[in-house]
Amino acid sequence: MISASICFAQTHNHDHGNHEGHNHATQTKQQDNHQGHDHSGHNHDGHNHADHAQPKAQQKSKHTSHEGHDHSGHGHDHGDGHDHSAHASGGDHGTHHANNIVADCGSAAQPVHHTGYDPAATAIHHISDANVYTILDKIRIPLPAIIYNKDRGMEFFSTGKFGAGHHDDGHHGYKDYVLYQGNIHRITCPGYTNNTGLFDIQGFDKTVEKGADGKEIEKRFAIIDGKAYHIEQKTIWDGGLLGGGMTSFYDLSPTKNVVSMFLVCALLFFVFRKVAKSYVTREGMAPSGLQSFVEPVFQFIRDDVAIPFIKDDYEKYLPFLMTVFFFILGLNLWGQVPFLGSTNVTGNLTVTAVLAIIVFIITNINGNADYWKHVFNMPGVPWFVKIILTPVELLGLFIKPLTLMLRLAGNIMAGHIAILSFIGLIFIFGKAGESMIGSVTGTALAIPLTIFMMAIELIVAFIQAFVFTLLAASYIGAATEKHAEHH
Amino acid sequence: MTGTLAAIGAGLAVIGAGIGLGQIGGKAVEAIARQPEASGDIRGAMILMAAFIEGAALIAILLSIFFT
Repeated sequence: MISASICFAQTHNHDHGNHEGHNHATQTKQQDNHQGHDHSGHNHDGHNHADHAQPKAQQKSKHTSHEGHDHSGHGHDHGDGHDHSAHASGGDHGTHHANNIVADCGSAAQPVHHTGYDPAATAIHHISDANVYTILDKIRIPLPAIIYNKDRGMEFFSTGKFGAGHHDDGHHGYKDYVLYQGNIHRITCPGYTNNTGLFDIQGFDKTVEKGADGKEIEKRFAIIDGKAYHIEQKTIWDGGLLGGGMTSFYDLSPTKNVVSMFLVCALLFFVFRKVAKSYVTREGMAPSGLQSFVEPVFQFIRDDVAIPFIKDDYEKYLPFLMTVFFFILGLNLWGQVPFLGSTNVTGNLTVTAVLAIIVFIITNINGNADYWKHVFNMPGVPWFVKIILTPVELLGLFIKPLTLMLRLAGNIMAGHIAILSFIGLIFIFGKAGESMIGSVTGTALAIPLTIFMMAIELIVAFIQAFVFTLLAASYIGAATEKHAEHH
Repeated sequence: MTGTLAAIGAGLAVIGAGIGLGQIGGKAVEAIARQPEASGDIRGAMILMAAFIEGAALIAILLSIFFT
């Protein structure tokens, strides 16, 4: 799954040989491009080649001075994220990172090649949704972009226009949109607002400022023609939880997650039609093929989940429970397939939120008088207890779907992050490509740990789909119970 | 510093959930050993309870991730 693009990232790693002659102390902003990058808009004139002619001995000493902090590696900082708090003890990393972006629009800047490996940022980048479907960091399937812009109305174009490269960063901008780490961002600077057509992007950079409340505010910049322009946060609305936020435009595009959802739905439709047909054509015979996989699972959910919890009118809710179960199971397993774009659909809070809201609506619409009586006026309880109990019960109405949402997303997300962290061991031990022995040690550690984790995740995929269905059934069952038994 | 505190919080949440899950698992296995014929019901109840505890732990972990 996620492993794919990370592993392949190694082929992009900077070899130290590429940097021979670079004077790291007097580091200018210019660094060599990554191999394999084709920044068409790159301004190579800015390279100060005189600086490169450093004596070998001096270069060596420069490098030793870098030991002790994790910037010595010239590997890719996957996700370009920089956890500055973690670097606090890092010493002289300022020479690597200093960018003199002072203004939001038009500060002179050159693309900085951020070095080092940040496991946290890498993990977040790989579990995030994206506007391109990337397979193995090589094949990038452009997706349609559907954007509602307050100034210009609805806009439709293909994300192929951005010419995404490594890290899913776009090499071009279209109108005032750019693709940064797989997500569409908007430049909000004069001159680029309401721009039409394509323009080249040299690279991306970011600054971290301390806000008034002491929280670190990250500002992203697109570098165009040697100048940095502030870009808005990504548009995927997640309440700012994963670095998103409300922006001046709405991204209604079918993203990677949406496409995966449609693919899995189509697959399920195909499978279940086939199975349903075989019950007609093979009536009275033993199940065969897909039937023998689907039938036991179906029976298990019916006999162990629907009937015990919902009892009498379970048949009314069985289609819903089955749909939810197989939808979640299908997407869990889809996200587990290695080298297939590392989708993290059920690990996305927005997806599970919608599922939880559907359960909430079904539960409360079908709740009978008994159910509401238990919420507002618990029978057989003295009045002073009710003062506490009723608010708790009311809160419980909302906490139930909230935990449904968090449990599924948390489990799947945690599984993906764990696998990414184990693969990250290769880069941590190998100092992001610098140490060969470390890389080999890291790989030797990472392979068994990743296989172990993926085996666990395979079980978790089934368990979480089952638990979601079980809890949905128990909530529905509690709301539709005919006669209250427990008082 | 906030990052470190969040990590401690996540760790504490896992300790609590671990104790709870251990209790559930242990008691469920004991119960199945006593009454093997009721193992189906016990297993169902065990998973349901485990899911509740896990939910509480995950809320704590996610809060510590997001609100650092």
